[in-house]
Amino acid sequence: MAMLTFEHKYRVRGGTLVGGDLFDFWIGPFWVGFFGVTTAFFSFLGTALILYGAALGGTWNIWLINIAPPDLAYGLRLAPMREGGLWQWITVCAIGAFVSWTLRQVEISRKLGMSYHIPVAYFTAVIAYITLVVIRPVLMGAWGHGFPYGIWSHLDWVSNVGYQHLHFHYNPAHMIAVTFFFTTVLALSMHGGLVLSALNPGRGQEVKTAEHENAYFRDLIGYSIGTLGIHRLGLFLALNAGLWSAICIVISGPFWTRGWPEWWGWWLNLPIWPN
Amino acid sequence: MAAFVTYQNIFTRIQVRPPEAYPGCKLPAGDAAREGKPGFVNLFGILGDAQVGPIYLGLLGLTSIAFGALAFVIIGLNMWASVNWNIVEFVRQLFWLALEPPPAHYGLRIPPLRDGGWWLVAGFFLTVSVLLWWARTYRRAIQLGLGTHVAWAFAAAIWLYLVLGFIRPLAMGSWSEAVPFGIFPHLDWTAAFSIRYGNLFYNPFHALSIVFLYGSVLLFAMHGATILALGRYGGEREIELVVDRGTAAERGALFWRWCMGFNASFESIHRWAWWFAVLCPITGGIGILLTGTVVDNWYLWAVERHFAPSYPTLWAPIADPAAVVQGAPR
Repeated sequence: MAMLTFEHKYRVRGGTLVGGDLFDFWIGPFWVGFFGVTTAFFSFLGTALILYGAALGGTWNIWLINIAPPDLAYGLRLAPMREGGLWQWITVCAIGAFVSWTLRQVEISRKLGMSYHIPVAYFTAVIAYITLVVIRPVLMGAWGHGFPYGIWSHLDWVSNVGYQHLHFHYNPAHMIAVTFFFTTVLALSMHGGLVLSALNPGRGQEVKTAEHENAYFRDLIGYSIGTLGIHRLGLFLALNAGLWSAICIVISGPFWTRGWPEWWGWWLNLPIWPN
Repeated sequence: MAAFVTYQNIFTRIQVRPPEAYPGCKLPAGDAAREGKPGFVNLFGILGDAQVGPIYLGLLGLTSIAFGALAFVIIGLNMWASVNWNIVEFVRQLFWLALEPPPAHYGLRIPPLRDGGWWLVAGFFLTVSVLLWWARTYRRAIQLGLGTHVAWAFAAAIWLYLVLGFIRPLAMGSWSEAVPFGIFPHLDWTAAFSIRYGNLFYNPFHALSIVFLYGSVLLFAMHGATILALGRYGGEREIELVVDRGTAAERGALFWRWCMGFNASFESIHRWAWWFAVLCPITGGIGILLTGTVVDNWYLWAVERHFAPSYPTLWAPIADPAAVVQGAPR
């Protein structure tokens, strides 16, 4: 049985948003719920469509399978299945599954008497995805501006869109996003390392406490954010990485069509500089 | 709706101030005294701990800061010199200014100071500073009776730094291969490096590094959110909950078990975190080190191995930049 030793007493009814007790049960370790059912529906349908698209694509090489969005000529209309329609319905399924998953997390949070940080965090990533495949294509006037579904083809898309703007590193929102990404990894390594170092102090030594954790970072850099604060900081950094990624791509095209290095001209041409 | 309007643990609403700041755990004999009178910053207290200071400086800390400051000043003065000591232009063009490594024809020889020599000097001092700081992260952990996990995570980042600025230039036989100091210049270097070697996206180690970069962000979002969501059960008392599992740890584990069928423990999540964070620069460093030394064009390399599509030729053949001799003569 897929139950942890202490799990039985937590498996009680309640917490659902939709469906009352109808779907309030477990399959193995998974809790189901109404949104578990919708997640499964969208996942299976979407995966089947991907397999259908792969079968049409002429290769079963996992790296090369590619399901492209419709041609730009279709604008914001529905395209025939074999000409990007698959991409459109896969996108619908993906968003359906992601939103279902978010709401499932809300229900599980309620069931366990937890706050809603996890679904909020997850939905930030979903919004970044929706920005890429819905908001930006709509602003640009064609579904063809979405990214293709394929392991290497989506990287080609990233490359191409980047070079369309000459040099994407100069995009100020991209700079902020990358900074948040790197800072999150730094903070994660420090947090993970610090907790492990207190718990695993070496043979024959006693496990240390949060007091030692605080002392270590105060000794090192003069400040320790504390056990609660590091999780707030980590969540803040991680969500900002996703948020600024979404911003950096949605401004590229809809709001700035030229090369990003050019954007910095405003600084060089400020009226404060003497000639 | 009332069910949703509950306490969400976003910031600290009531800050408790002790009569005196906490001076820190006792340091072993032989250590210097901690420096600075600790104080409290209300703004910090809203998000995390309000106490700032004291700090332990010691010989390693002081020398590291000194060498780091030296490198910083050398870089700044070189940038300032590059605009003829015009302070207005220095501020105006700051993001564009660079301290570039020596030109390729010097190879691994020591160039004159004005022709890349200062880059070597600054890089040397910065490296000394970083290595001293590493020794400090190690030493402070030992002195407090902690494991050295933070120091080894830092070492992984230093590996990537050394590959970029030292090991790969050595392997290529020229300092000119290294990264310049400067905001836009180092971004230019990154873009040019990728194009020069046939798009770094097709470098599998680059792909792995990105996986661990995004994976780290995912993990910290999941972990941070879990602990905050367990705020009312004291979820942030991680060490206590590892050695004596309480309801916060149980609920945190069950959330992920019920959600995705699998859960970490309060200790193992930090091992996942540590490895994801550490593997990001380790795999990245491997990817950089192989570029130009072992593989000259990642795109063609991937096409040959059947994991990149071979695109139709639209224009007359263009000379592969990898075929043209670049860098120092070997």
